Amino acid sequence: MSAPEFRNGLVRWIDHRMGIFSFMHHELHEYPTPKNLNYFWNFGSLAGFMLVVMIVTGIFLAMNYTPHVDHAFDSVERIMRDVNYGWMLRFLHANGASFFFIAVYIHLFRGLYYGSYKEPRELLWMLGLVILVLMMATAFMGYVLPWGQMSFWGATVITNLFSAIPWVGESIVTLLWGGFSVDNPTLNRFFSLHYLLPFAIVGVVVLHLWALHTHGSNNPVGIDTKGKQDSLPFHPYYTAKDLFGLGIFVLFYFGFTFFAPDFFGEPDNYIPANPMVTPAHIVPEWYLLPYYAILRSVPDKLGGVLLMFGAIGVLFILPWLDRSPVRSARFRPIYKQVYWLLVADCLVLGWIGANPPDGMFIVIGRAATVYYFAHFLVLLPLLSVFERPLPLPASISEPVLKGGGAAGGTVKPMEKA
Amino acid sequence: MRPANARMFRAGLVALLLALPFAATAAEAPKPPPQPWSYQGVFGVFDRPALQRGFLVYKQVCSACHSMSRLSYRNLLQLGFDEAAAAGFAAEVQIADGPNDEGEMYDRPGRLSDRFKKPFANEKAARASNNGAYPPDLSLMAKARPVGADYSFALLTGYINAPSNVQLMEGMHYNKYFPGFQIAMAPPLAENAVEFPDGTPASIENMARDVVQFLAWAAEPKMEERKRIGVKAMLFVLVLTALLYAVKRKVWAAVH
Amino acid sequence: MAHAGGITAHEHAGAGEPGEGHDATRRDFLYLAATALGAVGAAAAVWPFIHSMNPAADVLALSTTDVDLGPVAEGQAITVVWRGKPIFVRHRGKQEIEELAKTDIATLPDPQADAKRVKKPEWLIMVGVCTHLGCVPLGQKPTDSRGEFGGWFCPCHGSHYDGSGRIRKGPAPKNLAVPPYEFTTDSTIRIG
Repeated sequence: MSAPEFRNGLVRWIDHRMGIFSFMHHELHEYPTPKNLNYFWNFGSLAGFMLVVMIVTGIFLAMNYTPHVDHAFDSVERIMRDVNYGWMLRFLHANGASFFFIAVYIHLFRGLYYGSYKEPRELLWMLGLVILVLMMATAFMGYVLPWGQMSFWGATVITNLFSAIPWVGESIVTLLWGGFSVDNPTLNRFFSLHYLLPFAIVGVVVLHLWALHTHGSNNPVGIDTKGKQDSLPFHPYYTAKDLFGLGIFVLFYFGFTFFAPDFFGEPDNYIPANPMVTPAHIVPEWYLLPYYAILRSVPDKLGGVLLMFGAIGVLFILPWLDRSPVRSARFRPIYKQVYWLLVADCLVLGWIGANPPDGMFIVIGRAATVYYFAHFLVLLPLLSVFERPLPLPASISEPVLKGGGAAGGTVKPMEKA
Repeated sequence: MRPANARMFRAGLVALLLALPFAATAAEAPKPPPQPWSYQGVFGVFDRPALQRGFLVYKQVCSACHSMSRLSYRNLLQLGFDEAAAAGFAAEVQIADGPNDEGEMYDRPGRLSDRFKKPFANEKAARASNNGAYPPDLSLMAKARPVGADYSFALLTGYINAPSNVQLMEGMHYNKYFPGFQIAMAPPLAENAVEFPDGTPASIENMARDVVQFLAWAAEPKMEERKRIGVKAMLFVLVLTALLYAVKRKVWAAVH
Repeated sequence: MAHAGGITAHEHAGAGEPGEGHDATRRDFLYLAATALGAVGAAAAVWPFIHSMNPAADVLALSTTDVDLGPVAEGQAITVVWRGKPIFVRHRGKQEIEELAKTDIATLPDPQADAKRVKKPEWLIMVGVCTHLGCVPLGQKPTDSRGEFGGWFCPCHGSHYDGSGRIRKGPAPKNLAVPPYEFTTDSTIRIG
């Protein structure tokens, strides 16, 4: 990589003392990126975009929000009615949470399909999971802030999860609440943490990018780049592609924000919190439904909580459960099948999480929970041993030795890069 | 898309993907039939005369028991009332203010900046006057129930005689759209309960339709602004995205 | 819009495309158009955020205050609140009004006749916020220091105002402001 020549004198002056422009040129401009990335590789930058949107809208919302049980709901309604463009900021923020999760989940499942968690990207994968956990905590606490019925009862139910911990559980819950029920101290600290955690996410995102840029992006073929002919400079190729993808993504985001802003919300959260009355159906936001389903499918309190956290935990050890030397599902005929089964399984879990826990829903929920863990703990280790991968291409530029078309982008409908 | 269908839709989407038979969660009361509201859809706007009539219905009927404390009299300007009319509505009520120089609270005529006067000082007082039932605040009612507007309309027009096998509890009324069917609110609308200045016949259905539209407006007064800006924003992003697509094609032309 | 405007025509020239003549022009036009439109969008997106910090509708609606002047005897002063700021209301005597009318306006830092600052000479209504850096001047209570000119004195940085609220000495640049108000009856005013 050659050192860039900056034309602007001030830029040169700064860069000589602090190589920030060289760094940016190196990491954002000439950064060599596999030339065969498909549109599923857009979702990392889309998630980054949503993080920025969430932080900026959140900062401006916080200027008009009051974290007090007597005023929180009113202050949100004042934002909706009286603050200039307040409704826009709030709907961008509320729907932004959903679209942030959409981007991150697609990003995560892309990683699963193409084996992006495998050596040497295990840390990259784990840092991504840390971001996911922080996002869930942030989203949960943010949902509490409007102090509607779902806010209050969601907070009550989720904080009560910790009471399952033996011996110290009750004390921990009291500590979380700052009292003997979800009340003003709880709301106050949730607001504080909801403001803090996004910046922790930014920090982990930096680490995530650091890990990414150490070995560069994985790609749909899943084999390493073998020289210049396999890669392209990030700018302008992937900046252009990311920006186009951003436009499409924003169309969906705006579509919901401006024309169905309450689609992802619950009517009950337009009722001010009432500690004396629990709504008939308590449901978490959609992005937490699968975990909620897992929690409810275990008849034991502690067991349910452990399994729910285990659902994320198992992803942390995924790089060591899947020992197959082949990354991309394209060359793993059986893994490709179980991958789609896992996707279906997660959707089923989400569907179960949205429904009351009785009758068939319990049975299906339990089966889906068992399958979820079996996928990671049984199927993947077995496949590592017994699956016979297809022959890998010699390099990204010379895609396939036989069979044809696998990396050409014309055969598979999902890869129209 | 109506927001209140969200959960059903999400669940439905999943079921559709899996081609599983999707059993809807059994609701107690029948689903309120959808009504043709003028404000639905991307370009839908509120019907101003209907909103004004709806406000009159609220003012003359509902406001005896139900507060709408998130509205101020100044908001009535948005319904198409002029400033004098809105100030007139405000001045009809006495608002508690103070303390004055003697430390006493006092009543004064309402102003545009005042919130709608509540019929009861607090929840306890409301329950005491209503046989133990609490008439909920209506400011957000259209959003606080699944398909809130259709539900409210169905509820207002859904009073029927109790089926013979139902034992009505004391002070309760039978409504086929209320969860549990027994509702403390007596049928609120009677034919010609309100006289509309524009000569619209004050049938129960007309009054219900207008007051529900008023509730829908009250739940989100910025809805029209939201959709207006939304159309512009979408068109803008659409053009920008088309342009970005052209740019992307150009940039990648040499690679493909 | 992290990358908005990232692609400019000249930056792209080195991207390895052999575009010549007509094609290159078309390409440059595309980049410029996308960059320009993106910049317009970013600018338009900033406004709602900025405007959300301006006073909200409920704040603007609370902009009038009614004051009953009846109980304020000659020589007395009261302070009322308007838009979150103190409003000084002083009932002045005939002698004081005549004295103030004699002031040589030309010598004042902010020349203004006393008659121009009142609607009825006996009632002086002013925003009680020092025009220097926003402290509330002393002079409302009988025990307060009224400064060297018998009006108000700002203790923060030593500005002296006269009985008409005009700046006479000290760092403040302007006279105490007169809010918009009107007499709704002989003895009540509405500020705002």
